[in-house]
Amino acid sequence: MSARILIVAEHDGKKLNPSTAKCVTCARSLAGAEVTVAVLAAEVAPVAAQAAQLAGVDRVLTVENPANLHPLAAVLAPQIVALAGPFTHLLGPSTTFGKDLMARVAGLLEAPQVSDIMAIESPTRFRRPIYAGNAILTVESSGEGKVVGTVRIASFEAAAAGGSAPVEMATISVPLPTHTRFFSVSAAKSDRPDLQTAARVISGGRALGSAEGFKILYSLADRMRAAVGASRAAVDAGYAPNEMQVGQTGKIIAPELYVAVGISGAIQHLTGIKDARTIVAINKDGEAPIFEVADFGLVGDLFQIIPEIERLLS
Amino acid sequence: MKRILVGIKRVVDANVRIRVKPDASGVVTDGVKMAINPFDEIALEEALRIKERGAAEEVVVTTVGPADCQQQLRTALAMGADRALHVQADGVVEPLTVARALLKLIEREQPLLVILGKQAIDDDNGQTGQVLAALWNRPQATYASKLELAGETARVTREVDAGLETIEVNLPAVITTDLRLNEPRYVKLPDIMKAKKKPLDSLTFASLGVEPRQQLKLVRFEPPPQRQKGIRVKDAAELVDALRKKGLL
Repeated sequence: MSARILIVAEHDGKKLNPSTAKCVTCARSLAGAEVTVAVLAAEVAPVAAQAAQLAGVDRVLTVENPANLHPLAAVLAPQIVALAGPFTHLLGPSTTFGKDLMARVAGLLEAPQVSDIMAIESPTRFRRPIYAGNAILTVESSGEGKVVGTVRIASFEAAAAGGSAPVEMATISVPLPTHTRFFSVSAAKSDRPDLQTAARVISGGRALGSAEGFKILYSLADRMRAAVGASRAAVDAGYAPNEMQVGQTGKIIAPELYVAVGISGAIQHLTGIKDARTIVAINKDGEAPIFEVADFGLVGDLFQIIPEIERLLS
Repeated sequence: MKRILVGIKRVVDANVRIRVKPDASGVVTDGVKMAINPFDEIALEEALRIKERGAAEEVVVTTVGPADCQQQLRTALAMGADRALHVQADGVVEPLTVARALLKLIEREQPLLVILGKQAIDDDNGQTGQVLAALWNRPQATYASKLELAGETARVTREVDAGLETIEVNLPAVITTDLRLNEPRYVKLPDIMKAKKKPLDSLTFASLGVEPRQQLKLVRFEPPPQRQKGIRVKDAAELVDALRKKGLL
């Protein structure tokens, strides 16, 4: 049986989120798979065009509906189920968008879901982290019925551009619920790279001491063209907003360079950075667990070291 | 009666170092400290606060799992839940089966809200709330960091990758909690004594009419690959130098 995979595209109405290109790579890792990307939007054209350009995509399927203006799982899920008929696997990214949505799809289908897929070994065999990445579990589905999955995007490179898949408009008619309504979203506007896809990330912990203290990180990050992240402790303390949290319950990232500043390295944080190519730790406590995983460790006062690094780079 | 149903799970305590069994059949849990899943503790705390504000009259806590789970239900009663329902289950219980059992409890209890943790820190599946909402055909508000009830609706602020999103849902609904929704209270000794007298009912899948089903076979557990320990540099200059040599700056 060859796999026919439907990937649910994540986007903001204009731009395709890079998480989708990573799902494509995950799907493509299964030899002979047929890969379709579904774009559900109020206006599908711009996003569908971007999805069609991803190498490895065979087809883009669109559903245009004003109800899809904001990504509400309760509204999107029945539409995905309506598209699901011919597919063996339904995948979405393991981002808050995909995690919220795909499990609802799985519930409607009463199908099994494999969360945080880090490898697809066969159409029925998947590897995923459990216990905050402290164990890797291989699971096997029966081969009957559909499998729903979320893709651990830190485990896959983004599919390259260069594709030219046909775009087809799907005609589905399913009743959509009105019991769930979008109200607002507040996202800090930043010119820095996106934390989830940045090649370089600098993260701060509680040792930064305040939101003010984080400014030295922002300044260095701008010099390095890096994104800025934070430990849970720093977010809980109000030094940084929630969308900056890196770790088991925040973002799982895989940058080329990760600089952990004043972060002790709780296991829940380390699970978010396991796939970083190079880890740098700067901490005044030489015994901090972060040094166990760091490629380069520097013990000292971050308030002296960070500005000095910035000077050395200018 | 305005009732809130809270689902909890017994998990390995968040501070325990996880070890995979040498035969790859699972994770060592014998003699390991167990606790209420931290996100579920937040779910219970939120339900208790809603009740204390007068917006609900009863908090019912439930879990699906082996007999030992009653310890966590007792803790939940000590925190302030009014009564507990234990659905007995041994072995692997998948989110779909848990959701089916919860749906049966919902039919009995007719809650205004169902609050669950966004994920359990053992299997990290993060599915049960959404699956339940799908089966129940009701709204879901996942990753909640703020919950306001107003009559027939709830306004929920959610921690999403972009920042904070606010949605409005009709009640009843399923809410799943994120870390910053609240800080759970500590249990006091007199409350532990009082909790012993609170009702804890034991149920089975059969008595609920739920057919447990395992759709994913757990083939193999492995420890994760370890990162090589790196080197210490003496100052910022040496660090910058090393990163430049690797082409990272």
